[in-house]
Amino acid sequence: MAGHFEAVPGGGAAIALDEVEISILRSLAVQLLELIGPGDQPADGAVDPLDALFAEGPSEAPADPALARLFPDAYGEPGKAPDHQQQEYASEFRRFTENDLRAGKRENVLSMVRALDSLTAQGEGMAVLKLTPDEARQWLGALNDLRLAIGTRLDIQRDEDGEELYRLPDSDDRKPMVMAYLWLGGLQETLVETLMP
Amino acid sequence: MGCVSVAPTEIEQPETIESESPAAVPEPDVPWVTLVHNDPVNLMSYVTYVFQAYFGYSKDKARKLMMDVHTKGRAVVSSGTREEMERDVQAMHGYGLWATLTQDV
Repeated sequence: MAGHFEAVPGGGAAIALDEVEISILRSLAVQLLELIGPGDQPADGAVDPLDALFAEGPSEAPADPALARLFPDAYGEPGKAPDHQQQEYASEFRRFTENDLRAGKRENVLSMVRALDSLTAQGEGMAVLKLTPDEARQWLGALNDLRLAIGTRLDIQRDEDGEELYRLPDSDDRKPMVMAYLWLGGLQETLVETLMP
Repeated sequence: MGCVSVAPTEIEQPETIESESPAAVPEPDVPWVTLVHNDPVNLMSYVTYVFQAYFGYSKDKARKLMMDVHTKGRAVVSSGTREEMERDVQAMHGYGLWATLTQDV
């Protein structure tokens, strides 16, 4: 169970994590939370629920490439400049969906942070994390968003780029981030297997 | 208070036009599709899982669509009204898949 998820009889998934893994995972999750941001809430935290209900999201794609990958345009051909109508449709779609999408992704990552914080290390600094089926689905989404964000930072644009990362020399500055990316891929791969119907 | 205009997308749908001439609308001819595009980060197993979990497709159909995305660069994963396809695209973005909708001409 060390290093990979296993299905739990009756539903859900479990994994053994050591202290270092827990702290890396938590730190990455918190960075993703900061990237996704609190949405359009005012800084003083005083949110009128009715205001929140009617608040519109942004109409333009995020400038940050990782955020732009998490919240892509819904209209237009990849790699081509959108025409006027596609641009208009994409803006409208974004205004009405991006806040909800941000909230959903934030919930997934928060579920990850909460589960990690509830862990208490047992012998040799290892802890066994058990996820309910709902938590497992939230983790799956969060792991995927983490990999998308890191993949963008590593400039992985083609299928071959991912393969090249396996062969990076230890001296390469990107090595730690690549290690994290590949490790998260293993976690996600084994978690998705436990959820396959 | 933010701008109170959540409704326009709904209003825009020309329901009245359809109800005026119900016989003139053959139901399979719904002209919008959801496309999922290839990207090098999403795992093949995860994309297959999403197609099964969200659309309720069989494992074989989900895997075939995933392979189309992977080898051809994109695949049509659903079709319907523009409103339905916006819902599917939003769901795909929620899962982290790269999806767009387009009019299937």
